[in-house]
Amino acid sequence: MSTLTSTPGSAVAADPGVPTARRRKDRGVVRKRIEITIFVAPALILFLGFVVAPVVLAAVYSFFNLPAAFQWDMLNGDRFIGLDNYIRAFTTPEFIQSIGNTFVIVVASLLVQGPLAILIALLLNRRMKGRSVFRLLIFVPYVLAEVIAGLAWRLLLQPNGGVNALLEAVGLGALKQNWLADPSIALFTIFLIMTWKYIGFAILLMLAGLQGVPDELAEAAAIDGASWWQTQRYITLPLLGPTIRIWAFLSIIGSLQVFDIVWVTVSPTVRQMATDTMATYMVQQGQFAGQPGYGSAIAVILFLISLVVALVYQRFALRRDLEGAVTSGVR
Amino acid sequence: MNRRSITRVAAALVTAGVAASMLAGCAGGSGGDDADGKVTITWWNNATSGPLPAVWEQVAKDFMKEHPNVVVKQTGYQNEDLQRTLIPNALAAGDPPDLFQTWGGGETRDQVNNDYLMPLDDLIPDTIKSVGATVNGWQVDGKTYGIPYRFGIEGFWYNKDLFAKAGITSTPTTLDELKTDVKKLKDAGITPIAVGAGDKWPAAHWWYQFALHSCSPDTLKAGTGSFDFSDPCWVEAGNQLKDFIGTNPFQDGFLGTPAQTGAGSSAGLVANGNAAMELMGDWNAGVMGGLTPDQKVPSFLSWFPFPGIEGAAGDAKAQLGNGDAFACAKSAPKECADLLAYIMSPEIQKKYAESGSGIPTVASAQASLTDDNLKLIAQATTDASFVQLYFDTAFGTEVGNAMNEGIVNLFAGKGSAQDIVDKMTAAAKTVQQ
Repeated sequence: MSTLTSTPGSAVAADPGVPTARRRKDRGVVRKRIEITIFVAPALILFLGFVVAPVVLAAVYSFFNLPAAFQWDMLNGDRFIGLDNYIRAFTTPEFIQSIGNTFVIVVASLLVQGPLAILIALLLNRRMKGRSVFRLLIFVPYVLAEVIAGLAWRLLLQPNGGVNALLEAVGLGALKQNWLADPSIALFTIFLIMTWKYIGFAILLMLAGLQGVPDELAEAAAIDGASWWQTQRYITLPLLGPTIRIWAFLSIIGSLQVFDIVWVTVSPTVRQMATDTMATYMVQQGQFAGQPGYGSAIAVILFLISLVVALVYQRFALRRDLEGAVTSGVR
Repeated sequence: MNRRSITRVAAALVTAGVAASMLAGCAGGSGGDDADGKVTITWWNNATSGPLPAVWEQVAKDFMKEHPNVVVKQTGYQNEDLQRTLIPNALAAGDPPDLFQTWGGGETRDQVNNDYLMPLDDLIPDTIKSVGATVNGWQVDGKTYGIPYRFGIEGFWYNKDLFAKAGITSTPTTLDELKTDVKKLKDAGITPIAVGAGDKWPAAHWWYQFALHSCSPDTLKAGTGSFDFSDPCWVEAGNQLKDFIGTNPFQDGFLGTPAQTGAGSSAGLVANGNAAMELMGDWNAGVMGGLTPDQKVPSFLSWFPFPGIEGAAGDAKAQLGNGDAFACAKSAPKECADLLAYIMSPEIQKKYAESGSGIPTVASAQASLTDDNLKLIAQATTDASFVQLYFDTAFGTEVGNAMNEGIVNLFAGKGSAQDIVDKMTAAAKTVQQ
C-alpha cells in the first residue's frame, strides 16, 4: 500500500528543482490514497466489525465470569476472574477429551483421506470408460450441506436404519452396530462420514495437481523400463508434493474446526461421552450451559491452537511452496 | 472532473452505500407502535406440532378482532431452541418478543435480576389468582412475572397390554415393586423401559426422581434455595439410580435414543408397542399421538406416578413437575398483559384442555379434559403433598447443565454418584461468586 511513497525513486526522489512537477505528483499520490481508502473502507469496516472486534471481545469476555443472572454485564459485581476460565478448561476432563478427539480427527484425516484420495485420483486420471461420471459422483457429497449430510447419515445409521438393514441383507449381520449410540465407536463413525464427505474435495485437488505433471516424464520413464507403480512413486508423487501439502493444510484447519457434522449427527449424550470436538464443546458450554465467559475462553484456546498449528505448518511444510508469495511479503 | 474519475467516484459511492446499508440492516430495531397507530405484539411460544399451534393462532386472531388497534404476531419454535438460544439471545440483545414462553424457577429469577420482565400483579391480579399455587415458580420476591397455563407432574406412561402379558396385575407403588415388574417384563421378552437418554434431560429426570424421593423436603429447599448439596441424600440418590441402571431396564443403545422424534425415539417405542413404559411429563400423550401410524394416542396407554423409595427420607407423595407459562417483556406494550389475561381466560383454557395438549392451570377448565390419562395426572397433581419443579429448571441454567452432564456420565457408566454432586457444587460456585 505505502510502497508508492516510501520506495526511493518515486515521489521522494523526484527532481527537487522542479517544485510544480513535484506538487502535481504529490497530488496524484494523495488522490490515489483517497481512492484506496474509499474502496477499501467498506470491506475494512465489515472486517473490523464482524471479525476483529468479536475476536477481541471474546478474548476480553474470557477473563470474566458471566452467569445468566449477569448476562454479558462485566461491570455488574465482581465479575473479573483473571485466568480462572483457562485453568478450569485445562482441569476439566471433558475439555481435554475434546482436544484429544479433535486431534484424532486431524491425524486420521491426514493418514487415511490423503493416501486414499491420491490412489483414487491416480485411477481417475487414467483413460477409462465413464471417467467423468465417476469424477462427478465422487464430488457430489462435498457439494451437500454439512447439516443435510449429517442428518441423512443420522437416519441411515440408526439401530434399525438403512445401513444395518443392508448389512443384514448381504449376510453381514454380524457387523451390525449401534453406529451412533455406542460411545466406543461413535467417533470412528463420525470419521467415516467425514471421509465420505470431504474426500471428493481432496480427490479434486489431487486430480488438478496431476494435470500439472507432464506426460513426457512418464513417457521417458516408460522408455527406461519403469513400471506403472515405479512411475507413480518416483515421478508423479514428488511432482504432486505441493498439491499434497496444500491439501494437508486445508484438511488440518478444517479438522480443527469441525462442528456441524458432529453437532447434527450424534445425540447430545453421545457427543459428551465420545465425540465432542473443541468447537462443539465451546458451543455447548458457551451457549447452552449459559457460561459465555467460559465458552469465550474455549474459543480463545481453539483460536490459539489453530493459529500455532497453521503458523508452524506454513513455516516448515509450506515454505517452499509459498516462496515469494507469503514469506517475502512479511519481511 | 473527467469522465473516468466521475465513474470512479460513482463506483466508490455505490460501494460505500451498500456497506452502510448492510451495517444499518443489523441495527434496525422493532418498535411497538406502528405508523398507523397500531400496536404490534410479537408472541413466541413452543407449540410446533399437534393441535396446539392452531389453538394459539385462533387466540391471536380472536384477540385482534376484539382489539382492532392491536396486531398479534404469533410464532411457535422448538422448545429447547426457544429456551436455550432464541429467547436468551433476544433478551440479551435488547430486542425481545413482547409475550414469550417462560419455564420458571432459576431462569425467571435470572431474568428478573436482569430487569427483563414486566411485573404483572397490578395489571392482571384476577388472572394470577385464577391459577392458584401453580404460579409460585414464576414469582420472585413476592412479585409475579409469568403465568402458567399448563402445570403437570411426570410419571410412567405404560402399555396396559404389555403389563398384562407379563403378568403384572397392579401398578408399582414402591421402588422394589418397580424392580420386580421390570424383571417380569424382561422375562416375558419385553423391553421394560424406554428412555430418551440421547437428549440428556430424559435421563436426568430419572436422577431427579431418585433425589426427590431420597431427600427430605427441607433438604430439597436448601438445594434449590442456596445450592447446599452437602446432605448425603444427594449422593445416595445417584447410588440408588446406579443400582437401578445395573438391572438393565432400558432399551438397547439408549445413550443415542432421542426422546420425541421418530418411531425410534423413546416415546415412539412405547407408542408403537416396542417398550412397556416411559418416565415422562404430562405432554407425552400429545407426543405419542404424533408417532403412531394412525396419528392417534394408542388406546393401550395408561399412567401411574413414580413410586416412593422405602426407608428413604423423601416424601413418597411428593411429585416432580413443571409448567408452561407466558411472560411479558419489560419493554412490551401494556396490551401484552391484556393478551395474557385473554389467553388465561376460562373459555380459552377450556379449548386448551379439549385439545389434550396438557393440564390447564385454571381449575374451571380442568373439567374440560377429555383424555383419560390427563385426568389421571390432574388428579395425581392435586393429590401430591408438594410439587417440586424439575431440578434443572429450579437450579437455573449453569447448575442444571452441570447436573445433567454428571447424570449422563452415570448413565454411560463413566462417572460416580459423587461426581454429580461435585459438578453441581462447582457450578454453583461460579453462579454465586
